[in-house]
This record gives sequence, C-alpha cells and structure tokens, in this order.
Amino acid sequence: MSMLRERAAATPATTQASPGRPRVWFRLAVTVAAALLIVLLTYVLPPFRTYQLATVGAYLCVTAGLTVLIGRNGQLSLGHGALMATGAYTLALTQNALAGDDFAAPGWALAVSVLAAVAVTTVAGAVVGLAAARLRGPYLAGLTLAVAVVVPSVTSTFDSVFNSDQGLPVVLNPPPGTVPMERWQAWLAWAGALLTMLLLTGLTGSRFGRDMAAVRDDETAARLAGIDVARTQVLAFVVSAACAGLGGALFALLAQSVSPGAFPLTLSLFLLMAVVIGGLGSLAGAAWGALLLVALPALAQSAGERAGSARLEGNLALAVFGVVLIVVMLAAPGGIQGALRRLGHTRPVREVARLIRHPKGGT
Amino acid sequence: MDRFVFLTFDGLSRGAVYAAFALALVLTWRAARVVNFAQGAMAVACAYAAYSVSAATGSYWVGLAVALVGGLLLGAAVERVVMRFVDHSTPLNGVVVALGLVLLIQAVLGMIYGNEFRPAAPPFSRGAFQIGGVALLSRFDLFVFAAVGVVLLLLALLFTRTGTGLRMRAAAFAPDVSRLLGVPVAGMLTLGWALAAAVGSLAAMLVIPTELGLHPTAMDVVFVSSFTAAVVGGLDSALGAVAGGLLVGLLLSYVSGYLGATVAPMAVLALLVVVLLARPGGLFARASARSA
Repeated sequence: MSMLRERAAATPATTQASPGRPRVWFRLAVTVAAALLIVLLTYVLPPFRTYQLATVGAYLCVTAGLTVLIGRNGQLSLGHGALMATGAYTLALTQNALAGDDFAAPGWALAVSVLAAVAVTTVAGAVVGLAAARLRGPYLAGLTLAVAVVVPSVTSTFDSVFNSDQGLPVVLNPPPGTVPMERWQAWLAWAGALLTMLLLTGLTGSRFGRDMAAVRDDETAARLAGIDVARTQVLAFVVSAACAGLGGALFALLAQSVSPGAFPLTLSLFLLMAVVIGGLGSLAGAAWGALLLVALPALAQSAGERAGSARLEGNLALAVFGVVLIVVMLAAPGGIQGALRRLGHTRPVREVARLIRHPKGGT
Repeated sequence: MDRFVFLTFDGLSRGAVYAAFALALVLTWRAARVVNFAQGAMAVACAYAAYSVSAATGSYWVGLAVALVGGLLLGAAVERVVMRFVDHSTPLNGVVVALGLVLLIQAVLGMIYGNEFRPAAPPFSRGAFQIGGVALLSRFDLFVFAAVGVVLLLLALLFTRTGTGLRMRAAAFAPDVSRLLGVPVAGMLTLGWALAAAVGSLAAMLVIPTELGLHPTAMDVVFVSSFTAAVVGGLDSALGAVAGGLLVGLLLSYVSGYLGATVAPMAVLALLVVVLLARPGGLFARASARSA
C-alpha cells in the first residue's frame, strides 16, 4: 500500500515530483530574510514603486494558493477572481462597520477585518469546493467560470449592501507613527504574503501535500492507497480559497475601495496565466507569476504611452499575456521556474548549489 | 398571463441562440474532446468583421456571409496552428490554451475597435407583432428561429446522410481504426473545428443585436449560459444541446422578467450547479459504467 502511494506521489505528470519538505528552520530563515529585504526595499524605493511592491505581495497570496490548487492538486479554478472579491467585500463591510465603533482600536479592528475576510472566503471556497470535488476537467472550469461572471450580478442584485457598480470605500486608518501610507500598505501586504508562503511550503511538503499530488496523478491509485480523494480535493480548494480571500482583502486595503469592476473575468484569467507562466510545479513559480502580474501591465502601459495610443495601452498587456500563455503551454509547460530548474540541473550550477548547501564539503 | 406568454416567446427566441452556441460547443467536444473556451471570443471576432463589412458594403447579408466564412477559417486556423499541438493528456492543457486565445483575441479586438460598446443593428425590426392584444414575436425572432432551424437541419443532414459526416463521426469515435481504413482523421478534426466556429459566429450574429452591442467581451455571459445549456444536454448530444438551450433561454427570460435582469446570471449558476451535482452526464444521459 505504502509503495503504491509512494509511486503515485512520485509519478511526474506535468510537474516535477514533490521535493522533500524544506526543514522548518530553513523556511523560517528564508521568510525572515525575505521580510528584511522587503522592509529594506520599502525604505529605498520611491512611493509608487513601493505601492507596486505591495501589489505584488497581495497578488502573491492568491497565486500561491492557486499554484497549490492547480499544480499540486490538478483542479482548475477560473473563479479565484470572485473569491478575491468575496474577501475584499467582506473586509470593506467589516472595516466600515468597525470604523463607527469607538471601542475598536485601529490595529485591532484591522486584524478582525482581515480574519473575517479570510473566514468568509474560506466558507465560500468550501461551498464551491464541495461541488468542484465531484467535477473534472472542463466541467470544473465551466462551473468556476460561471462563479467568476456572477460577481457584478450579485453586487447589483443586493445593491443596498454592496452598492452596485460604484462599490464601497474602505476605511484604512493612518499608519502608526510617521510611516508613509505606501510603506505601511507594503508591510501589510507582504506580512500576508510571507505568512501564506510559509504556511503553504509547510503544507505542500507535508503528508497532505503528498496526498494532493497523488490525487492529481492518479485518482484510482490514490484511492487504493487509502487516500480520501474527495476530502483531499475539497480541502485543497478551501486552502486555496482562504489564500484568495486574504489576497482580496489586501487588495481592498491597497486600493481603499472595492467595486465589481476590479474583479472582472479577465482578473481570473490573469491569475491563471500568472501561475502557468510562473510554473505550476512550485511555489517559487507563484512568486514569478505575482511579479509578472504587476510588471507586465506596467511595461505594456509605458510602451502604449510611448506609442501614443490609448487603445494599445490597455490591450497590449492582454495580448502579451495571451501569447505568452499559449507559447508556454505549447513549448515550456514548466514555466519560468521549470526553466530555471532545468538550468539548475546543469553540472556547474549543481556543484555551486552543493557547495552553498554544504560548505564543509560533506554530502 | 400576457406577460407570461410574452416571456415564453422571448425565452424561446433567446433559447434558440443559446442552443446554436451550445451546439457549437458540442460539435467541438464530439470532434476533439475539448470544450472550446475560446468559442465566445472567436465568435465575437467574426461578428466584428461582419459588421465592418456590413458598414462598408451597406448590406447585412454580405456581413452575415463574412461571419460564417470567417468562422470556418478561424476555426480551422485555431485547430491547425494551436490546438493540434496541445498535449491532451490532461484536459487542463486544452482549457488553459483556449483561455490564452480568449485574452489574445479580446486584446486584438480592443486594439482595432476600442473597448467600448458599438451599436449592432438587427436586419429586421425587433418590434413584436400583436396577436389578440398580446405582444408575441418580432420579425427578428422569426429570423432567429429560421436561421437556427436551417443550421440544425443542415448539420443533421451532414452527419446522417453524407459520406463526409460519416467519416467525421468515425474519426471522432475510433481515430486509429479510421486511419487504418483511410479516413483523413486530422482533416476531419479541422473540419469539425471549422464547422463549430461557423455555428458559433452565427449565434453571435443572432445574439449581439439583442443585447448591448459589439464589445470584445460581449459573449462572456452568453458563453456561460450556453455552456450550461450544453451541460444540461450532456455535452455529447446535439438534440440535448438544443433542448438545454431552450430550457436555459426560458429560465433566463422568466427570471429576468419576474425577478429582475441582474438575477439572471445567478439563476444560470444555480442551474449549472444543480445539474452538475444531480445529473453530471446531463438530463438525458443514460447510466454509464463507473470510471474508477
């Protein structure tokens, strides 16, 4: 039985077999190093770049969760834009409700709002996930697509709560001390992103992570090995939804407003594109994807401005995303991280990596 | 009661369009075992081309012909250039590539025509005839029924009465055996995509004048409704797609009429969830062997 499970988990389908769980202290060290780097960057970069950095952090929460769902568990979701909207609207409603409350200290209220956003999105994700666990391939994609296009319909139907197309403002108290707003937002976003990455790297290396990979590669083999396939799929969706909720909440904090226009179907497609191009196999790919989601539209916009065409400005990024997505799927299914890993498997790089990992020369 | 009758006819007219679009999805599914998520974007591209030609020539019918021929060419091109090279070992890959096409097509349309709604005039009046004081159908509705009926008839004749149709079915059903028997399987696949895309563009030409007009994303919601229709019908059956399309059209018409237009997408989502959970093989499916 255990052999079967090992084989099921080790069979590479479209991605690499699961690497062993990085040790806890190693993951913590990387997280602390990344946090220090981010804090340093927020002091060095100009305000606009800091804001973009914050956006990367918010995207990273979502792409990391989506990478786990698609890459690890093999479930496709086009509905993560809608899940982000759920988190964002929950945060907006909670923040605005708490803002009138004199007892709520600013920091305390923010923590409650973010937790509420994650909790509500987790519940929404459980509902979608319960349906999704019974569906495969195109059926699942179609269902989540229907979820993605329903957002404007919900906000218009219950417009007394969600205020229709105009959306809601989000109260964000001024940061403590003399910290500028952008820096504070970047800290908040990256605190969420790094926490997400820390938890998800632990999760994918755990028994549950191997269960997810086994279900992805061969459901029948996984079931024979004693894995509860449906439970694994629902849990994977719930985890991924919680990450999307956190990302959505952070987006609302960055934009200080929420509206259905911020969560179009294109957003869900962009998220999918980002994790595919970044590389579905690993969470590092999610980081590449998040970076692309901010960098590519910015580059396309400046290119469009230089060409002096308003039509080009908004659409160039879309076109580039579409072409890159198709080319990556046809030519390099591993994405950026897969290409880097192949590079890493060449001899000289491997030698250097070994020296870094074991400086005393042992193996 | 008058309102109910009006909504019923309106729903049937909308349903006919969803049926045509669902039929396009079923054609691709049967030929290639792929749900073409780019069908909506491809159809919008053809509709844009058609209205450009109509504006230049002054004739709606030249534009319609352009939409159909454009659909055939675009469908064949997408299959030959992109879809043929997708690794179909997991259904995710085809879906992801199709979504890449959606982004690309919508971007190109936005660059050429701009991201605003452009008016698309129907070829016939949309004012409804009054029969006994009740508004029933417009000339445009009759045109929709006629167009969808002709397409259904032609497809039925193609698949049941011609050698090409037989070869297409054989190529989809047993590709290896068909190849041994001399059927050009790859060509049949291309033909299937081309036909599906042409039917999809016809559906776009029929639905766009009844909504807000031409827009790169005009078919997104129609796609979801038609996907629901195809799933209700079982994805595999042409008649199921037609029945599903009419059912979804009626549901949308009643919900929009009695509860408000904004509720309609939620009703479609609810129908999709119920059908997928209760009868994942579609309402008309027979019990099949378990897969695992």
